[in-house]
Amino acid sequence: MHYLPYGVAAWIFCVGIYGAIVSRNLIHLAMCLAVTQSSTYILLLTIGYRKHGTAPVFKGFENRTRGVDPVVQALTLTDIVVSVTVIALILALALDAHRAAGTVDPDELVGLHG
Amino acid sequence: MSWLLPLPVAIPLLASALVVACDHFAPKWVKDLIVIGAASAATVFAALALVQAERGDIVHWFGGWHSDHGVALGVSFVGEPFGAGMAVLALGVTTLALLYSWTYLRAAAQTYDALLLVLGGGMAGFALTGDVFNMFVWFELIGVAAYALSGFKVEEIGPLQGAVNFAISNTIAGYLLLIGIALLYGRTGTLNLVQLGKSLAGHPTDRLTVVAFTLLVAGLLAKAAIAPFHLWHADAHAVAPAPVCAVFSGVMIQLGLLFVARVYWTVFTPQLQMHAAAVRGLLLALGVVTMLVGALMCFLQRHLKRMLVFSTIAEAGIMLAGIALLDPRSLAGTADLVLSHGLLKAGLFLVCGLVIVQLREVDELRLHGAGRRLPFSAVFWLAGTIGMIGVPYVGVFLGHSLIEDGAVSQHVEWLQPLMMIAAGVTAGTLLRAWARIFLGWGPRDDQLLTHEPEEDPAEQRSFVPLMRATAAVALALGLVVSVVPGLERRTEEAAKRFVDRKALEAQVLHGAEPAAPPRLAHDIPPPSGASVAYGMGAAVLALAVAAFGLWRGRLPFSLRRPAWRALGPPIGVIRAAHSGIVGDYVLWIVAGTALMGAVWAFTLT
Repeated sequence: MHYLPYGVAAWIFCVGIYGAIVSRNLIHLAMCLAVTQSSTYILLLTIGYRKHGTAPVFKGFENRTRGVDPVVQALTLTDIVVSVTVIALILALALDAHRAAGTVDPDELVGLHG
Repeated sequence: MSWLLPLPVAIPLLASALVVACDHFAPKWVKDLIVIGAASAATVFAALALVQAERGDIVHWFGGWHSDHGVALGVSFVGEPFGAGMAVLALGVTTLALLYSWTYLRAAAQTYDALLLVLGGGMAGFALTGDVFNMFVWFELIGVAAYALSGFKVEEIGPLQGAVNFAISNTIAGYLLLIGIALLYGRTGTLNLVQLGKSLAGHPTDRLTVVAFTLLVAGLLAKAAIAPFHLWHADAHAVAPAPVCAVFSGVMIQLGLLFVARVYWTVFTPQLQMHAAAVRGLLLALGVVTMLVGALMCFLQRHLKRMLVFSTIAEAGIMLAGIALLDPRSLAGTADLVLSHGLLKAGLFLVCGLVIVQLREVDELRLHGAGRRLPFSAVFWLAGTIGMIGVPYVGVFLGHSLIEDGAVSQHVEWLQPLMMIAAGVTAGTLLRAWARIFLGWGPRDDQLLTHEPEEDPAEQRSFVPLMRATAAVALALGLVVSVVPGLERRTEEAAKRFVDRKALEAQVLHGAEPAAPPRLAHDIPPPSGASVAYGMGAAVLALAVAAFGLWRGRLPFSLRRPAWRALGPPIGVIRAAHSGIVGDYVLWIVAGTALMGAVWAFTLT
């Protein structure tokens, strides 16, 4: 069971990336990125997990010594904030694409190539 | 003096918030004053930090969380000469871009200035940080500001495509970085770069370290426009407003390379120095592929900005090769190349913006002969082109010659002719465009060059003398880099300190005083004969390539047909790879990372 969360993270990452590669819709693509990003949350939280660990709050508790790693939780929160910004921006671009080109298919947005 | 370090980052970020906050009631000149004042103040503070760093690294711990008994507790900024120098270059180019945009792009909203300031501050933070997660945060901050800037004219398809490709590819590169960081944290329990190196020194090399190293390097190379991760750069830079392109191509790409070097020397050397040959081999191969693909694609372009981007990609390959040699002398050369190339390329993009303003066109063929009435732009473009060739004592020469010296001392002499070809072909392409636009030479049509859809330049009424002055400043500074007395010795000294992990560890973790710097002469050491010869060779090649590009049709048909039969298919394949479709780019990133990981999995353990 020890390796299961790592396997889950890897699986979610692959699923998200596959979606991003084949996606024909910018909104769907943004969701794929969100899925890919959630694999990093799982990875981070797994790395900080301690068996039978409690929430990493020690002040006011007498015998609490075994807490999970608070650093990775802070990293995960930062990660979520970053991802919200990026996803919001991509969704805004999708809106602009729909307005300007009448499509949200990234393959039809090709003006420059080669 | 460690309080100096946060200022180049904090000032632009606070000023950008201020400008947005007072957008509705402050008059325009107040906002312009805040923006340009903040950018120049940040540049000055970064320059002061650089002067300080040259005498010894400076370390700043945020919130007073100093390292304790050799354990890093807080988040640090480390001012060493390369990082501080990169911050100066980033903020300096941003300031020039803001000055240039004072009248350019006035139709755009005020958020443009604020975004450019965020980009400048983010780049300075990226260059100065000593913490690997902090680096990821700056990576994403730079990214978000840059996506918004590249898609500024969202009413057109081109900028939309560029911004979408940029945002998605860069975000995935960010995930690779983050996973690498998480794995390293899981192994060592620290995020400080120096502490990471110290912790890893006790472990044998294993698969986890190799995977983490691969993911970190792949994420950074995607930022650094190295093949096969470079594809989105061409789309994004080609459509951004010219001053934004100057920042992207002049500094943003090179930041990724700075961190590749830092990650290798500060974090992974204890584990990987036994396998240095494997690291060198793969990075060198990527650098060589990048410089050749960049040069070829540059030659095939007719869209001026896209041509300049591919020239940047070719130079980025040379820079990666300079780092990959793992030699202090070539590392110093890379730093000098980043400096001169950054200024010259920024200047060339600003000239490109002038051409757009005055002629409302960025297409080489459609501009045929139209530049005859723009003498300033003609002189500037030619000056920038000459600087990019690497003829002795001009422009990028110092960087190229030091990298070549490093290649000779590491016994990879074959790198020298390849660098000459890359520099010669890209400069020759710029020369071809110059001759066609400003002299009206050559035919009006060329089927070989990539067809570009017509772009409608949105820029209106502009104060051309100011734009000319900023372009001239950037180009002049870029041209003289090779003849600055004492620069070569100082960058070499900085490179020696950059690769000295032990000294950095003593300073960052144990608070040791930096060793007294040696006294260095203010002179210009003579370059080696080989690098002078290759510099001249690149100039000859550039002339030949320009002539070939212009008058290819005059070659005898019996010569052209077999040549095209042989070269046409591979050129077609490389061109097809630059498909402009974001799904393909993501696939290239994933495949490239997997390939790197596979090679290193076999060679590094």
